[in-house]
Amino acid sequence: MKFHRIAALLSRHLYLYRRSFPRVLEIIYWPFVDLVIWGFITVYLEQYKGSLPSFVTFFLGALILWDILFRAQQGITISFLEEIWSRNLMNLFASPLKPSEFLAATMLLSVAKVLAVSCVTVVAALLFYSFNVFVLGLSLVPFMLNLIVAGWCIGVLTTGLIMRYGQEVEVLAWGLVFLFQPISCVFYPLRVLPQWLQTIAWMNPAAHIFEGMRAVITTGKFPLHELAWASGLNALYLAALVLWFHMMFATCKEKGLLVRVGE
Amino acid sequence: MAEAVVEVHNLSKRFGTFTAVDGISFEIQQGEILGLLGPNGAGKTTTIHMLLGMITPTSGTIRIFGLPFDDHREEILSQVNFSSTYVSLPQALTVEENLWVVAKLYGLDRVSSRIDQIIKRLEMEEFRTKITRRLSSGQMTRLTLAKAFLTEPKVLFLDEPTGSLDPDIAEKTRALIKEMRRSSGLSVLYTSHNMREMEEMSDRIIFLSRGKIIAEGSATAIKSRFGETELEEVFLKLARGGAPFHR
Repeated sequence: MKFHRIAALLSRHLYLYRRSFPRVLEIIYWPFVDLVIWGFITVYLEQYKGSLPSFVTFFLGALILWDILFRAQQGITISFLEEIWSRNLMNLFASPLKPSEFLAATMLLSVAKVLAVSCVTVVAALLFYSFNVFVLGLSLVPFMLNLIVAGWCIGVLTTGLIMRYGQEVEVLAWGLVFLFQPISCVFYPLRVLPQWLQTIAWMNPAAHIFEGMRAVITTGKFPLHELAWASGLNALYLAALVLWFHMMFATCKEKGLLVRVGE
Repeated sequence: MAEAVVEVHNLSKRFGTFTAVDGISFEIQQGEILGLLGPNGAGKTTTIHMLLGMITPTSGTIRIFGLPFDDHREEILSQVNFSSTYVSLPQALTVEENLWVVAKLYGLDRVSSRIDQIIKRLEMEEFRTKITRRLSSGQMTRLTLAKAFLTEPKVLFLDEPTGSLDPDIAEKTRALIKEMRRSSGLSVLYTSHNMREMEEMSDRIIFLSRGKIIAEGSATAIKSRFGETELEEVFLKLARGGAPFHR
């Protein structure tokens, strides 16, 4: 074993970190996100340990539903990355294809992925934990649709950033969505958060969806106002982000980035 | 007189302080093959990218089929295609699947028969079901050419199209381009570092250096003007800073 060869490889990777802010950020990012999420879960369990209803339903249901949002985002972003990896972007965008058509196709693809992954997680939860996600009833459908749209919003944002800043920020495809997890209140209620963070979380459609789901479990009533907030915010964000994506696309063409994004 | 299908007027592209293309103007007539020559970094690929709408020009105008590119992008690009050694196709798909996707993207009819035809013409039968990732570089080049020819474009941009082909397939590819020009009036913008090929293929040649057109005309006229017998000698002279050819 030769140390100089090991050192050479170490240098090869350290060079990347020296010049790449996103890579440095990643080192701090995951521990930070984990700490925030599990910290709030601990606070929740501490405060409400005696009165936690339907414990399994809360956590497994939340996990399955979070996965829907995650897969919807991945459906868009990974599709774009696939085109970069196979140096296929020019074949697409030098054809009559419009950016809006590209987004529409990736959104449909994400729905297919969500359906496939949901089947697996729903069946696995049923087999291993005897948990049936459909105990949540028909209220699940509008909330699931909203989770998909929330995933699309993060997917469009991530894709636009990768298109603009190149493969340097490729890690965002897996990481950015988790920035929204602490303020989505997936595993704990909104009231667990500090007041200032509650205000931010309130602007996140996913937080209204998970709050709504918890309300269904605890009260058995359908929280129409949460659904209305989630749908309204989703519609607003999706429209704004699609517009922003088109602006990014134009900027990339202006700067010649679209033909260099895979390099 | 033939009709100009591509009209480029005073086209420039600047990236910050660097000028990649500097006020070039040219036309490509229907059925004409125009060669674009120049050293690396001369602005050939940037010009093609602007003609395909992948890069927005800083100034100047592009009209294709008489239509301003910006206002008629979709209409124009449905009748234009390209092949470049720098662009690939999805690696996990088979050759046939990739051609299917392209055909659907351009809204072609008779997809199966078109694919069969182009596969036969470019002698791709033996690897039509092969995964693209497993193709040799020559086979990959043939696939990107097949993708370009499949849509039966009226204008074709070819960026070093025969670079990794063996002489036999390269010759057949050139024959196919010429035949398409004869049968359908195909217009081609062609870049290559193979001077013999450039001379054989091009009706007219534009020589670019540092983003500017420094020579233009038929290969014979350019050679005669510079007192050289080979285009390669002219290339070396111009690329190393020789006097420009004034039209």
